[in-house]
Amino acid sequence: MTDVLVVAELHEGSNRKTTLSAITFAAQVASGTGGAFDILAIGEGSGAAAEQLAGFGARKILKTEIAGGFFAEAYAATVAKAAEGYGVIAATASSYGKDLLTRVAAKLEAGTAPDISAVSTEGGELVYTRPMYAGNVIGKMKVLTDVQVVTVRQTEFAAASAAGGSSPIEDFAAVTDPIAERIELLGLETVESERPDLAEAEVVVAGGRALKSAENFENVLEPLADALGAAVGASRAACDAGYVAADLQIGQTGKVVAPKLYVAIGISGAIQHLAGMKGSKVIVAINKDKEAPIAQVADYFLAQDLFEAIPQMTSEIKKIKAAG
Amino acid sequence: MKILVPIKRVADPDNANKLKVSADGAQVTSEGLEWKMNPFDEWSLETALRLTENAATKKREGEVVVVTIGPKDATVTIRQGLAMGAERGILVEGSDDQLDANQVASILAALVAKESPDLVLMGKQVVDGDSNVVPQTLAEKLGWPTANYTQSLETGDEGKTLSIRREQDTGVATLKITGPAVLTCADRILLPQAVKNGITPADFEYPKAEGGRYASLKGIMAAKRKPIEETSAAALGVEAGPSVSYVGFELPPARSGNTQFVESVEELVQKLHSDAKVV
Repeated sequence: MTDVLVVAELHEGSNRKTTLSAITFAAQVASGTGGAFDILAIGEGSGAAAEQLAGFGARKILKTEIAGGFFAEAYAATVAKAAEGYGVIAATASSYGKDLLTRVAAKLEAGTAPDISAVSTEGGELVYTRPMYAGNVIGKMKVLTDVQVVTVRQTEFAAASAAGGSSPIEDFAAVTDPIAERIELLGLETVESERPDLAEAEVVVAGGRALKSAENFENVLEPLADALGAAVGASRAACDAGYVAADLQIGQTGKVVAPKLYVAIGISGAIQHLAGMKGSKVIVAINKDKEAPIAQVADYFLAQDLFEAIPQMTSEIKKIKAAG
Repeated sequence: MKILVPIKRVADPDNANKLKVSADGAQVTSEGLEWKMNPFDEWSLETALRLTENAATKKREGEVVVVTIGPKDATVTIRQGLAMGAERGILVEGSDDQLDANQVASILAALVAKESPDLVLMGKQVVDGDSNVVPQTLAEKLGWPTANYTQSLETGDEGKTLSIRREQDTGVATLKITGPAVLTCADRILLPQAVKNGITPADFEYPKAEGGRYASLKGIMAAKRKPIEETSAAALGVEAGPSVSYVGFELPPARSGNTQFVESVEELVQKLHSDAKVV
């Protein structure tokens, strides 16, 4: 019997959808071992966030209000204290989960299973599956310590849906940590977008260096994304060149996506990029160079100049959508 | 300013799709692949070098110590770091494919206690295990703050304070950190003006780069004479045992491999609509 504590990810007083993937994992472990799961909502707006999570089947929800934005040092001591009595502490492997849970694990002297893609129970023990070597090897591992800390890959654990019921909510007192006094969070710049979140989108349109400028991203690629109802992503080269914000980078460095449709535009497909998108269901590559490595993972490949192909594709897609 | 930079050798990451798994699934084999410095470690080393030089006069203004944990052969990777410009190296003799994050962080913590650096700058992850666990674990063991995925960095007060912009999934956070600290770097740290140390003229621009600086011939010659200290976990008094264990490895299922080359946008869209049914 293993009880799981899910650490919710809050942003601006609300849960990020990442939280729901960690709940799916926790429910799997709890049902596989005959245990239960609880959720810790920690941060600014924890009360409202806890309310949002009350219908997901948790035994109880703990809430801790901590003002100011997130940095791991401000939360880790509280999470470590809340972790007492649980066998598994879990969050999604977003930058939040990686920052925070790894520190929590160190405080608890617990082993970590990072960025896992699956969990199973073998002989009463939890076995974690995780991609390694930019997704070119799949490893299976166990955590040997009494407490196990786990971060889960969002694309591999579907978002939990509310099952009804109403988990009781309890206050949990914050614990201060002297390390936190050495960090001052001065601000967070976010790029607001009407488009779907990259990690959750069903369609992703991603551009590479061949787009040549931020203006071309906006005027050539984004209309296609909007016609498809897609999120916009980018290769490292496009982010480094400043064509789009760094948080749109897809790959081993950056976000991992697995949409139903991935359209790679002017992306050659370095191994580090493939690591972030080769789990997509259908991959389309549009690239002048037929020999580009993206061809190794593409289902459909159009060898054409993107500045001709993309506006034409945008209008073809609009026609289909209009025909409904 | 003194900076400790942990580096690890990895099987050539640009050919990671040529890795194999032994027949019993017990290990990953990288036969035929060259050893390279973990790229994220190389970027951190580049950052450390930028922090400890006057880039305009090419004069070193601090000390960078590179450390690796591995067999004797891994000395080659230390020499690469010394050839790029680091002052000295430390080899902690041991296995480089059996230690887990807790053991590595324990060894590094012992070295930090011995060396007292102002900063530890390290790769956010090693491209073999892809874990991103050691930096935060080390920081916690030391009682130090961390900035993960630093995209730009400016030191003040002779390196005691750090003004940092760090990438996270929700945007870019601006932090002020009182050192010493453990930092990891994002790709953007290599941009021409991402690192400022108060010594290099503020308007100086590094050349655009996708990795660390190349070693010059002079650097390679000098590296041969730079000191490399050899030690071991036992000599450092580290007895940490493993906290995780790998039970097996396999290769991922290949994608279909049936790439359809289409001739026109009409054909592509029609296939996405009628065959794949994703539009």
